[in-house]
Amino acid sequence: MKKRTIRLSAVYQALLLLFMYLPICVVVVYSFNVSRNTTVWTGWTLDWYRKLAGNRSLLEALKNSLILASLSSGAAGIIGTLGAVGMARIEWKTKGAIEYISTIPIMIPEIILGMVFMAFFAMLSLPFGMVTLVLGHTTFCVPYVFMMVKSGLVGIDKSLGEAAKDLGASEIRAFFDITLPLILPAVISGMLLAFAMSLDDVVISIFVTGARTNTLPIRIYTQLKSGVTPEINALCTVMLAVTFLLVGLSRFLGNKISR
Amino acid sequence: MLSRQASQEAAHTVNAAGRKRNRWWMTVMPLYLFTIFFVALPIVYLFVLSFLTRAQTWGVVNEFTLDNYLKILKPVYLNTFKESFQMAVLTTLGTLFIGYPFGYLMAKLPKKTKSLMMLCVVIPFWTSALMRMYGWIILFRSNGLLDKVLMGIGLTDSPLKLLYSYPAVLVGMVYSLLPFMILSVYSSTDKMDWSLVEAARDLGATRWTAFFTVTIKMTLPGILSGIILVFIPSMGLFFIADILGGGKVMLVGNLIQNQLQSGRDWPFAAALSVVLMVFTSMMIWIYRKATGVKDLEGLL
Repeated sequence: MKKRTIRLSAVYQALLLLFMYLPICVVVVYSFNVSRNTTVWTGWTLDWYRKLAGNRSLLEALKNSLILASLSSGAAGIIGTLGAVGMARIEWKTKGAIEYISTIPIMIPEIILGMVFMAFFAMLSLPFGMVTLVLGHTTFCVPYVFMMVKSGLVGIDKSLGEAAKDLGASEIRAFFDITLPLILPAVISGMLLAFAMSLDDVVISIFVTGARTNTLPIRIYTQLKSGVTPEINALCTVMLAVTFLLVGLSRFLGNKISR
Repeated sequence: MLSRQASQEAAHTVNAAGRKRNRWWMTVMPLYLFTIFFVALPIVYLFVLSFLTRAQTWGVVNEFTLDNYLKILKPVYLNTFKESFQMAVLTTLGTLFIGYPFGYLMAKLPKKTKSLMMLCVVIPFWTSALMRMYGWIILFRSNGLLDKVLMGIGLTDSPLKLLYSYPAVLVGMVYSLLPFMILSVYSSTDKMDWSLVEAARDLGATRWTAFFTVTIKMTLPGILSGIILVFIPSMGLFFIADILGGGKVMLVGNLIQNQLQSGRDWPFAAALSVVLMVFTSMMIWIYRKATGVKDLEGLL
């Protein structure tokens, strides 16, 4: 009886994993298809990767996306980390409110955020493009870093920092020597999460981008609505590989630091 | 005398520490300023905008009106809200029934397999949402992979025409939001005190009774937070309805996007957003009241 339940749950877990990975695998496999039509399979080729390497506008979009994700996760890394560390050490009445407001961007449906920024930036008559993209993305990157670091701080023994100060270390010294190394895994994983979210974002980007700045998700989105070439499959596959690398790296770093 | 001096000294150091601590205000400044200027202010502007009048040609006129909100009450738009709500409820139920057992079982796995499984759940979450939607297009497309397999094993004899239909959008939604539910349930199951279940079993409860009376209750925070994390985005994920529904499925998100990009009626779009935002904030508020938890479980 018990054995049967175990086998049943294993089957169920396997099926669900299949459900989760099937669409991804399909995209990867069809990036090697000779035909440009995904309803037929006509053989293996690497042509689409070659075409991708020569596709200026797609590569430009990729470059934009990488710049955008680096800038916004970087800014969020600074704002979020400093904010979380400081918040744990001050007793202001507005603290709770600011904390709450700062997490609104990941609490409300993305489309509202997109709408909010589009209207706001238009009112300020900011030119739509990389600047508005970075500002928009940073707002939803900050909460990821902030919340990660905040929960990272909870696990830290406060007395360590106090001990350092008792031994004569300045506040700043104690922070850089004791607190920062301890919360570094949280900072890094928060920033990586923010980076991934920014790299993947369509909804907010669509609303705050200008006519000339394309990000990769926007390109893919417009192609999915009009017509896709397997170059997109190839591109997705490359991105997937990068993601695997990033996840692997963050876990590796996390393990290293915690040891 | 000596002790008094010591206590004075102690008081002095405490004061010094207090004064030192005050300097931490500098580190929270970026967060404060950024939050006020780029989160709070834009949202306030959204509220203002929703009461302004749409200009004849382009843009807005600074005239107060309630028309934008009254417009939402038109049957066409009310219907969109109803449909969105339905889609969100179905999506939430779907993720709950599929995701709960998975999150629960995941927490019970041995430690090594557990972290591997965790990785397996997180990776799709990290890959591009569009890429995954594209995968579903390939699968659902008429004469696509799914049709071929189903016809191959003789379950159907003509293409199902799944792409650009309601079920396709629903599958896309459930698929995209499933990890949230799994991780929420996992995180509360993982923290669970199993001795309570054992106690119930010792007192004669069967495995299933123990599960339904003890485990479900103890994982309730995870379930609730999963529901919130799935329900809220599902109201606004317009691109899934767009890509997999092909314009046949109209959610509030699609309506807002249409108003912004083709309709050019920003005040109306703002009013729609305000209604949606009030609705979702209410849900979060109820969640917080009900569970007493401030942060959503398993969000990170």
